[in-house]
Amino acid sequence: MNTTSNKKGKIKDINGPIVTIELPGVQNGEQVRIGSLGLYGEVISLEGNEALAQIYESTEMVRPGEPVEGLGHPLSVELGPGLIGGIFDGVQRPLEAMFLKAGDQIPRGLSPLPLDRDKVWHFIPSENLEPNMPIINGAVLGRVQETETVEHRILVPPNISGELIELAPEGDYHLEESIGQVRDQQGEIHHLKLYHRWPVRRPRPYQSRDNGIEPLITGQRILDTFFPLLKGSKCAVPGPFGAGKTVVQHQVARWANADIVIYVGCGERGNELVDVLDSFPKLKDPYTGRPLMDRTLLIANTSNMPVVAREASIYVGITIAEYYRDQGYDVVMLADSTSRWAEALREVSGRLGQMPVEEGYPAYLASRLAAFYERAGRVDTMDSGKGSVTLIGAVSPPGGDFSEPVTSHTKEIIQTFWALSKELADARHYPAIDWVDSFSADVGTAAEWWHENIDREWEKRRSQALGMLARDAELSRIVNLVGPEALSSAQRWVLEGAALIKEGVLQQSALDPVDTFSSPQKQFMLLDLILSVYDAGADLIELGVPVQELSEMSVLARLRRCKELYDSNQIDQLKAFREEALNDFKEIHSEYAQRGEQPA
Amino acid sequence: MSAKEYRTASSARGGLLTVANVPNIAFGDRVHIRDQQGNTRNGQVIRSSDEEVLIQVFEGTSELDLESTWVRFLDEPVEIALSPEILGRIFNGLGEPRDYRPPIVSSLRRSISAAAFNPAARTYPKEFIQTGISTIDGLNSLVRGQKLPIFSASGLPHNRLAAQIVRQAKLPDDDSRFSVVFAAMGVSYADARFFQEEFASSGVLGNVVMFVNMADDPPVERLTLPRMALTAAEYLAFDLDRHVLVVMTDMTHYAEALREVATAKGDVPARKGYPGYLYSDLAEIYERSGRIKDRHGSITLVPVLSMPSDDITHPIPDLTGYITEGQIVLSRELHNQGIYPPVHISPSLSRLMKDGIGKDFTREDHPHVSNQLYALYARALETRNLASIIGADELSTRDRRYLEFADAFENRFVRQSEDEDRSIEETLNLAWDLLSTFPPQALTRVNETEIAKYHRQSV
Repeated sequence: MNTTSNKKGKIKDINGPIVTIELPGVQNGEQVRIGSLGLYGEVISLEGNEALAQIYESTEMVRPGEPVEGLGHPLSVELGPGLIGGIFDGVQRPLEAMFLKAGDQIPRGLSPLPLDRDKVWHFIPSENLEPNMPIINGAVLGRVQETETVEHRILVPPNISGELIELAPEGDYHLEESIGQVRDQQGEIHHLKLYHRWPVRRPRPYQSRDNGIEPLITGQRILDTFFPLLKGSKCAVPGPFGAGKTVVQHQVARWANADIVIYVGCGERGNELVDVLDSFPKLKDPYTGRPLMDRTLLIANTSNMPVVAREASIYVGITIAEYYRDQGYDVVMLADSTSRWAEALREVSGRLGQMPVEEGYPAYLASRLAAFYERAGRVDTMDSGKGSVTLIGAVSPPGGDFSEPVTSHTKEIIQTFWALSKELADARHYPAIDWVDSFSADVGTAAEWWHENIDREWEKRRSQALGMLARDAELSRIVNLVGPEALSSAQRWVLEGAALIKEGVLQQSALDPVDTFSSPQKQFMLLDLILSVYDAGADLIELGVPVQELSEMSVLARLRRCKELYDSNQIDQLKAFREEALNDFKEIHSEYAQRGEQPA
Repeated sequence: MSAKEYRTASSARGGLLTVANVPNIAFGDRVHIRDQQGNTRNGQVIRSSDEEVLIQVFEGTSELDLESTWVRFLDEPVEIALSPEILGRIFNGLGEPRDYRPPIVSSLRRSISAAAFNPAARTYPKEFIQTGISTIDGLNSLVRGQKLPIFSASGLPHNRLAAQIVRQAKLPDDDSRFSVVFAAMGVSYADARFFQEEFASSGVLGNVVMFVNMADDPPVERLTLPRMALTAAEYLAFDLDRHVLVVMTDMTHYAEALREVATAKGDVPARKGYPGYLYSDLAEIYERSGRIKDRHGSITLVPVLSMPSDDITHPIPDLTGYITEGQIVLSRELHNQGIYPPVHISPSLSRLMKDGIGKDFTREDHPHVSNQLYALYARALETRNLASIIGADELSTRDRRYLEFADAFENRFVRQSEDEDRSIEETLNLAWDLLSTFPPQALTRVNETEIAKYHRQSV
């Protein structure tokens, strides 16, 4: 598309990843290649003939006077079939291909194309399209089967619309082959391919925004039942190190009922990405039965990779997410961790000598965070379909202090907040999500879904459980002051009931093959079962049954293990156990009721 | 190689030297500086333009004058010479010998700032390393290729623990190609000597490469030292197929040196005066551990750091914890009770443990036993708090059992002597001795099969 010859210039000054270049005519945001190695970077400010560029790769042994080239376009990604199942770095370089080509370490200046040009895709044109029809941007030209689970819809690029002149017949095509022609209003003819490019910092267009209507099911009880997240909503997962942020993110990536999962490892550990790469092909998607990797895409900028590419990585991720949204899919993007992204902003702003405001962060931190999270949403696509991007950002607050700038600014933007607690993690209560600090602004909408699809008692049971947990916290304070003897039987039964909720519902093992995923129905059954047992016990206590007798009932130990004894398909067995458990209480009830009738 | 020499130094302060009018000098270039007395100092270019070059001087800028200082640009990055001869040697932070033996002569020289490993080239670490220490093996298992720091504080026996790990660490299979890289930053003479004697007495000295920067050596050298050490470790692991255990002490001194230099450069401070890039900088070091596809060797990293004022939320332990795959935290309270090793298990964690233990690796009950001990100990500590308020006599029988468990756990499981090398089997059996003080129905984290097999009341 771009036929103008590239602008040339030279390096003036090198200050780590920030390089001053002399390149007349360069635009803000334009991609540049610098030095004899051709390192990639991006212009971030202009002053006269000079520009500042941030470089995505190490600038070691680069010197003033070396050449610079402007590439004429901003940082863009390639969008087309072949993305799913892959692992890319923060500027969408394909890491598998780089490994095969260049070995263990990532060499500088190497930039293979993100999508494989040799691969052939079987293209099936859309049936409702004919030559000479008007066609809008974002219209579905046809489809290719990208993986077993993902049908990739080939879209007219967002900046092109007009009249469809030609559409290729069904057949096998390479990425670079033309599959159609569109004449725009100016009469210019565009050759369309199976892929197109889009600048990452510009949100992709859609027709209109819509409200979220259904919860994202993650199979994690504390998330789905207590702090639901709607499809198309945004969520933050803050927590100190060791509280289990990564496990929560991995669990959502594994079990969420989304069509596409994009996992952005932003400034995190290399081995965590390897864990995903190793385990996802072996794990089955509970909804389709296919390997999870068939719907997953990884973006990796590990903590030791150059910091400027880290800043870019989340934009690369969200742009790819929007692209699949535009095809009519529900996409989940996980960003682990947005704090590292914010730190990359801070590092660059520091090198530019910008005035820091809080903890060294630049003044634009809050607006950048907000603009990023706003790219989540459920929309009517240009093609009049429905698609959504759900955004889940991990936050790594220094010292676990939620009042620090990144956590507090994020908290203002998001709808759902899954707060991780060090205390719970230290006691190996996993997932260590604190039910006091966490919140969801979408419980009402989620309730409609649960009531319609699972059980009408959902919201009532949810509130009852949260009420008991709050009561538990209050009573525990008393116990810690004066000992358990000060409590009444009914109060001690509340403690017992709250312990059952914690162990039988809230705690969930990511490592246990049964417990790792809980269907909505199993989630409700477990909660309802435990609360029914609690209610039955509370009745008995009113009859004068001592609390010890109830606490020592063998059925309680079984109740705690229900989550790992019955999988999501064994609802009938769970119901049978429920009968059995409640019967035990009935027996005690009749025993005591009889005693009540025959005074000693 | 065309080295260029200049006498145009225009300013010198805080370890930084500015040289004017030197065109085309590479960023990161190594520099020799000859002072008035004719002594050579080492430096590195940290900012370069045609008008001005900024040099970080490793030995500091004191007693330099602007007129007589000669600056020679070597036109090469900071490198280390590598050959199998490095084993058994001692170097400083610039890779120069400090054992009065000749420098390493080798055609193989590598830049110490290696490019990042491609995540696609890594393999997931999952081979259990037995350290013979129950709190590590049983509860926070170390695997080959992991980075597991020891969070300590002044006066705690982190050096003794690190030395015990070096002495006892072994894989269930053979470890004939085992090496140690020891990196000491800002340590006292006593500490350096302690390690040297430890290595000598355990007979591993010939398999150890030491990089040592003493407390009174130039702090700037602490910035290159861990990178020298890790470049050597990578050579041993991925060129010579050795399994390398890297012990680094003390990362706090490293971070302080980084702060010192950052402040001199005028970098914007983030928390407690540390520069905003402390995280990325530490990650560049820690992320060099791991396992690589189709390579036989591995780098396992055990950094030791002291938490200033015992504060785990201080930026150094905090950022380290976000990068490393867990942490072993030492407790002053246990130390004061005379318990060695004083490993505080509640905040300790090994993230890679889940895939390296259990059936086929250690023993099938290991994951659940570990979980159960954690859960019981957490409850026991709560009970101990309660007892300190209302008195142990007021506790129920059930609660008293927890209290007894806490004592037994600390005195039998945590405590062991410095030469006690417990096998994982012994550690797990010991765990069941403690678990068996509870009736089976109180143990909710282990399953019924495990209870039937290992619980003392069942056997």
